[in-house]
Amino acid sequence: MSDSVWILGITMTKFGKSPEKDVIDLASEAALAALADGGVTMKDVGILAAGNLMNASAGIGQQLQKQIGQTGIPVYNVANACATGATALRTAVMAVKAGECDVGMAVGVEKLAGAGLLAGGNRKADGDSWTPSGRYGSVAPLDGRVGTETMPGVFAQIGMEYGHRYGGADFELFARISQKNHAHSTLNPLAAYSKKMSLEEIMGDVMIAYPNTRPMCSANCDGAAAAVVVSEAKLRMLDPDQRRRAVKISASVLTTDPWEEACQVLPNVNTLTRNAAAKAYEQAGVGPEDLDLVELHDCFATAELVHYDNLMLCESGGAVDFFNSGVTWRDGSIPVNVSGGLESKGHPIAATGIANIWEVCHHLRGEAGDRQIEGASVGLAHVIGLGSACGVHVLEKAAA
Amino acid sequence: MGQVPLVDYLVLGDDPHLVANQCASCKARFFDRRNACAACGATAFSAVDVPTEGELVTYTIVAFAAPGVPVPFIAGVIDCGGTSVRANVVGCEPDPEHVRLGMKVRLKTFPIGTDGDGVDAIGFGFEPIDTKEAP
Ligand SMILES: [Zn+2]
Repeated sequence: MSDSVWILGITMTKFGKSPEKDVIDLASEAALAALADGGVTMKDVGILAAGNLMNASAGIGQQLQKQIGQTGIPVYNVANACATGATALRTAVMAVKAGECDVGMAVGVEKLAGAGLLAGGNRKADGDSWTPSGRYGSVAPLDGRVGTETMPGVFAQIGMEYGHRYGGADFELFARISQKNHAHSTLNPLAAYSKKMSLEEIMGDVMIAYPNTRPMCSANCDGAAAAVVVSEAKLRMLDPDQRRRAVKISASVLTTDPWEEACQVLPNVNTLTRNAAAKAYEQAGVGPEDLDLVELHDCFATAELVHYDNLMLCESGGAVDFFNSGVTWRDGSIPVNVSGGLESKGHPIAATGIANIWEVCHHLRGEAGDRQIEGASVGLAHVIGLGSACGVHVLEKAAA
Repeated sequence: MGQVPLVDYLVLGDDPHLVANQCASCKARFFDRRNACAACGATAFSAVDVPTEGELVTYTIVAFAAPGVPVPFIAGVIDCGGTSVRANVVGCEPDPEHVRLGMKVRLKTFPIGTDGDGVDAIGFGFEPIDTKEAP
């Protein structure tokens, strides 16, 4: 018998604007709902991993405990850019796998509604006297003078580089990827934005960093997600109903980028994703052709394209043709981001890496309602945090 | 009253160029101050000149940036004979009709401002070498 770790309970809050709730309210809401979903309480939980990137030093885990249950268990407060949620989950999985406890919980929460640029959002004024500082010995801020530090700009370059290498990726292609995700979002009641958008509306919207217009960028919003994981041995002792709804974590992988030429010049989000995917497929014993749905990190429309390739959903270099064939739409053979993706569902950073797993679980459990991918039994969730960290999880439906 | 480079990997003078820290062991190149080599772990480096001409391998046109950053501008990566360099593309209209992936560019330096002591800071970008794009 395998020693797999299973998701027992998982939830995400409605993403969007929650002015009446603070970070702890949102985290509590997600955590309590995940416990209820799994049919357990804080008394059953042996480890808590928590992430809140915007307040990474605030001890979100302990603050959460003070609201929902101070049981004295170890807390790991984690921060790993946009992979923070996946890192929290992976931390809980590792603790269960290591035999430290039977039940673990991971929580990710963020309040970002109304936030602007998250990097390169403000530039210090030039000083009175040019004084070299920092690792480049720069005498003045470099953002805008030596390239861009903004995320829309960085990810625009990542997509354009793919287009340069393989051809066929133009403004309209990237906008059509966004069009797909916005169309998908209309079926997701928890999405921050669930409005269908025409190609003309997307291309004609405010340009942020060519070729990414505003609707092609992930939406800053508030939200939380939480998951309760359980060892296989413990799961066997639980009720049939809990076992039936449990989702197997067939692979849980976290990678960083191995050094390659240019990787410190423009972040390379490709190799670490490819490495994570290869390891995940090996761990899970499944291939990309076995996946019924994929939630991948479309922080920008330009990113989704390269991750088709990185996750090996298509042939190397073939992401443009792959998308053009229509297979990544929800009625295609490998639906990608049926939640609406980060471009419409929203991207409350630390919540994202658990919320995308919730989306996959929702389908594997057959509970996704109007947007259910019929018969889904295997899915993959991917996140990437610049810097970089990549999380890939492969999830499988419980055997009937 | 003199000049200072925007970054310490820009060398001014008659022949402005960029210099990289090259790992003595594996030849990996870096532009920042190093503790060790990220590729192989070695700790010895030498300064090497980076070619001043290259090819634009990717770009974006930043239209929305922090207050104080003039937009739009072209940010990109230039392959200078195998060494990738982050820079703005200058001397080129910041619109997709004028920027071309794969276009040949060369290093260009220019003053970015003068401080209270009258010293000019010199920045750099890459400008198109031939501008015979579609009219
Ligand atoms: Zn080396």
